[in-house]
Amino acid sequence: MTTTVARQDRRTQPPVLPVKGGAKDRWIRRAPLLPALIFAIVVTQVPFLYTLYLSTLSWNALRPGDKPFVGLDNYVTVLSDTRLRSALVNTVVLTAGAVVFSMILGLMLALLLDRKFLGRGIVRTMLITPFLVMPIAAALLWKHAIFNPTYGLINGFFGGSTDWVSSYPKGAVIATMVWQWTPFMMLILLAGLQSQSNDVIEAARVDGANAWQIFRRMTLPHLRQYLELGALLGSIYLVNTFDAIFTITQGGPGTATTNLPYEIYLTMFRKFEYGEASAAGVVVVILTIIVATFALRVISGLFKLEENR
Amino acid sequence: MTAVSLPAAETRPVAENKRKSSTRHNTIWGVVAWVAGIVFVFPVIWMVLTSFKQENAAATNPPTWFFAPTLAQYGQVFDRNITPFLLNSLMASVFSTLLVVLLATPAAYALSLRPVAKWSDSLFFFISTKMMPVVAAFLPVYLLVKHLGMLDNIWTMVLLYTSMNLPLAVWMMRSFLLEVPREVLEAGEVDGAGLIMSIRKIILPIVSPGLAATALICFIFSWNEFFLALNLTATNASTAPIFLVGFISSEGAFLARLCAAATLLSLPVLIAGWVAQNKLVRGLSMGAVK
Repeated sequence: MTTTVARQDRRTQPPVLPVKGGAKDRWIRRAPLLPALIFAIVVTQVPFLYTLYLSTLSWNALRPGDKPFVGLDNYVTVLSDTRLRSALVNTVVLTAGAVVFSMILGLMLALLLDRKFLGRGIVRTMLITPFLVMPIAAALLWKHAIFNPTYGLINGFFGGSTDWVSSYPKGAVIATMVWQWTPFMMLILLAGLQSQSNDVIEAARVDGANAWQIFRRMTLPHLRQYLELGALLGSIYLVNTFDAIFTITQGGPGTATTNLPYEIYLTMFRKFEYGEASAAGVVVVILTIIVATFALRVISGLFKLEENR
Repeated sequence: MTAVSLPAAETRPVAENKRKSSTRHNTIWGVVAWVAGIVFVFPVIWMVLTSFKQENAAATNPPTWFFAPTLAQYGQVFDRNITPFLLNSLMASVFSTLLVVLLATPAAYALSLRPVAKWSDSLFFFISTKMMPVVAAFLPVYLLVKHLGMLDNIWTMVLLYTSMNLPLAVWMMRSFLLEVPREVLEAGEVDGAGLIMSIRKIILPIVSPGLAATALICFIFSWNEFFLALNLTATNASTAPIFLVGFISSEGAFLARLCAAATLLSLPVLIAGWVAQNKLVRGLSMGAVK
């Protein structure tokens, strides 16, 4: 495995030269990009504009007839709706919980795998396996084979008759997500560890630094960018969590685990409030833009370094 | 792999002692790593074990460890007609992966080797579409698909999976294309090699492992996708994850059957992932980590 960060590759930096040539040359350069760009715009941006329009209508699909224009009424409904607010809080708690725990576990496992020991390849293969299980299969497996109060593995091993899913709904969902996403964090952090220069660490050791000092002063700062990247990508994927909620808790009990994707799904396909669902969708996009602006700054920082080297 | 270079041989006795104690340390930590690995993989092992049990041995407390293995549950899964679901999944995944690669590779070329003027803007546009939650723009897609009479149609899934994986593929392919040495490309141009020639002789040999990795990741994501399949397909175009959900019944035991189906459906991705584990991290980080 090549384990270097892209930015360390000096010879492969893209040219920052201004593009020369006339209009024709510019279009020739653009031509290969256009199909993908147009496809992405048509499939992702156009529907969003249409969502904006739908969000101004009072439209329940169960109610036949007209769909009157109601301006920003749906937004008022959505923003004053306690369900949506709790869905927002749940999304943050579930995403942050899963990212933080999988990151900590992933770091510990990466540190273990960075050492040499017998069967390291096998252990690595075992550790990435949870990530490769189909997410819906993983959710079903945890719900029925692990959390089940009568025949689940946890109660089977440790006794007791706790109904894990209804007693700790958020914990149950987070545990499942952490199990699936720890390998992802581990792989990113392991790549980071292996790109660390061995000579410098050896030198520090010879100079009398102990293991904790080396980790704290050298490894952790080196890993920072990898931790950031893992948190960022993990959040992008986990904020969209739908499978686990749909399967394990159906958003319940009550609304304890209803996150934004699940709430919008309910508004759309259970209540058939298309106008409200659209408004909620727009609110989510605005929130995402705010979060993503920070996120893009992180990526952009990684990116700039790549260019400057 | 970056060579984990062994420290140069030292003759000082202090260093020697340290080396010995560090070997012992490594053994201890190796055991810890093995335990962690087994803990992590255990639910999967349990899933596979359960899939070979009879229903009455699957849902027991305490857990059943010893049992006469049976293929009955796998038989059940095929009796329930899993084949059309598998074919749908295969079709959606394969065709969308092909389409993604066809769209993303030229785009990545125009963002790396022969960059357009605002290449970084385009690159960030692609990734920003990945950040938008799927549900946020799902309603209009649903309405449009319904309006066009394309609900429950596998080609709808092909198109949507293509757009889902496109940003990832563009970023990945760009990172692989950047590995093509510019000097070689320029030398080729000086020698009069045309575009087709340089693609065939220089670019393709270097990026083909990357191309394979990109295709693999896109395949995995399409194969596993659940939300869109749940809401846009019914009887004709349902994919494998939908089959799995249909297995849950409130009455009667279903755990062993469920595990058999889950094992079967996870198997293609498990094998692909094990084989390509060295490329996995790069793909998932969109090429940021090599």
